[in-house]
Amino acid sequence: MKILNCPLNGPRNISEFAWGGEVKAMPDPVRCNDRAWADYVFLEANAAGVVREWWCHLATSYWFVAERNTVTDEVIRTYPASELFAERVQFAARDKPGPR
Amino acid sequence: MPFALLKHGLGGKYPARRHLPKAKDLKPAYDVVIIGAGGHGLAAAYYLARDWGITDVAVLDKGYLAGGNTARNTAIIRSNYLTPEGVRFYEESLALFRNLSEEFDYNILYSERGHFTLAHTDAALRTSRWRAEVNKHLGVESELIYPDEIERLCPALNLSQDMRYPILGALYHPPGAIARHDAVAWGYARYAADQGAEIHCNTEVQGIVIENGAVTGVETNRGRIACKLVLQAVAGSSSRVARLAGLRLPIRTIPLQACVSLPLKRFLDQIVVSGSLHVYVSQSDRGELVMGASTDPYGLYSTRSTLDFKERLLGHMLELFPFLANVKVVRQWAGMADMTPDFSPIMGVTPVRNYYIDSGWGTWGFKATPVCGKRMAEMLATGRTPDLLHPFRLERFFEFDQVGEKGAASVGH
Repeated sequence: MKILNCPLNGPRNISEFAWGGEVKAMPDPVRCNDRAWADYVFLEANAAGVVREWWCHLATSYWFVAERNTVTDEVIRTYPASELFAERVQFAARDKPGPR
Repeated sequence: MPFALLKHGLGGKYPARRHLPKAKDLKPAYDVVIIGAGGHGLAAAYYLARDWGITDVAVLDKGYLAGGNTARNTAIIRSNYLTPEGVRFYEESLALFRNLSEEFDYNILYSERGHFTLAHTDAALRTSRWRAEVNKHLGVESELIYPDEIERLCPALNLSQDMRYPILGALYHPPGAIARHDAVAWGYARYAADQGAEIHCNTEVQGIVIENGAVTGVETNRGRIACKLVLQAVAGSSSRVARLAGLRLPIRTIPLQACVSLPLKRFLDQIVVSGSLHVYVSQSDRGELVMGASTDPYGLYSTRSTLDFKERLLGHMLELFPFLANVKVVRQWAGMADMTPDFSPIMGVTPVRNYYIDSGWGTWGFKATPVCGKRMAEMLATGRTPDLLHPFRLERFFEFDQVGEKGAASVGH
């Protein structure tokens, strides 16, 4: 069994984790158009090489970031999401409630 | 007798037919370049020649002929999908598959076995009933059956209620079949080459030449080729090749593993699939059990095998067939599956003019080889999207018009 090093719980079997896909910058969901939103939701870089991606330790619902090589399957580093997101991401409130 | 045979062999009267012509030098220009000499790419070359008389075609592959997912799938062919768009599409594929051996004069060992999708939960029964109704409405043989009938049709299955996930019913699809996957690709390759298409293996595409928003050629490790149209059919490498054309796709590349057992005396004529147990299995003509499961839990560009996969798969196999407990696995392999968010393929035009993609084949590509080749050839020749392919266009993701096939994509991924 492959071992993943959880920043919160230490080394655990990889079966305790769920893969969350690549870390992408989220556009402002209120201001961006549908195309930009679809781009964010569906399109993937799907790179072959070292990528930065989300993982979740299921038993503790703890989300963190891993750098992994998608060709050799080596995990290079795992770290808490706070390394990437030092501040809360604030999106502007919608002007008026209801559908756009 | 042996001497007569030797005489025939050495005499010039019955020369052996070379399967494919000898490799030639690349020409500086072709009408059509197809990237990927797997089943899909070769089928497209075949139908371009047969239906449209387009034979100035180069099929390029980084590796050897049909050595990617065409050689790595579990060869199951069926059309009992969930959406009307999916059912229509795969049904045409079955119709083409049935005639392929005669058309090629080359045996693809097409063998109709009957396909059972087992249901172990009420939710799975509900999906089976739904699929059966959609299928029947579109003229596809498909019905929901219960354990008494399963026992009659597939006596090898463990129908005991005394197990973790007892079998409650099954979606039965009599036309479900298997075929020799390599032969399908080789048959397409032979006819396409006979008609003048050139197949170039060990030829890696390293760049796509785009001028004014339209593709005009490809860069390879053997030099530049000019062309009018490009079709990309590279399965697990879809994202990597598309990036050469500046495209991003809604695809994640995830390994799919499979294995075969020792050859056994025939006991299983049918194809058995269980979504809840993540198993699909059939017995090959050699008697080996060909087994597969769901995709790996995370993305990877690798074809390695893992012990986790085999433990899970074989544990479930023993629930279905407990008498296999002492049978050994003799071979294992993996393919790189290009998984899409809606479990449907992506075929058709791209933002780059004259650059077409045939991708997103995840775990359902082999069964679509003929229809995809035929319809992609039609699209290349006419410049129009055939109605059958329209639902599977790339643009559907931006129109939020996906074709959700997760409920029917072999096993719950």
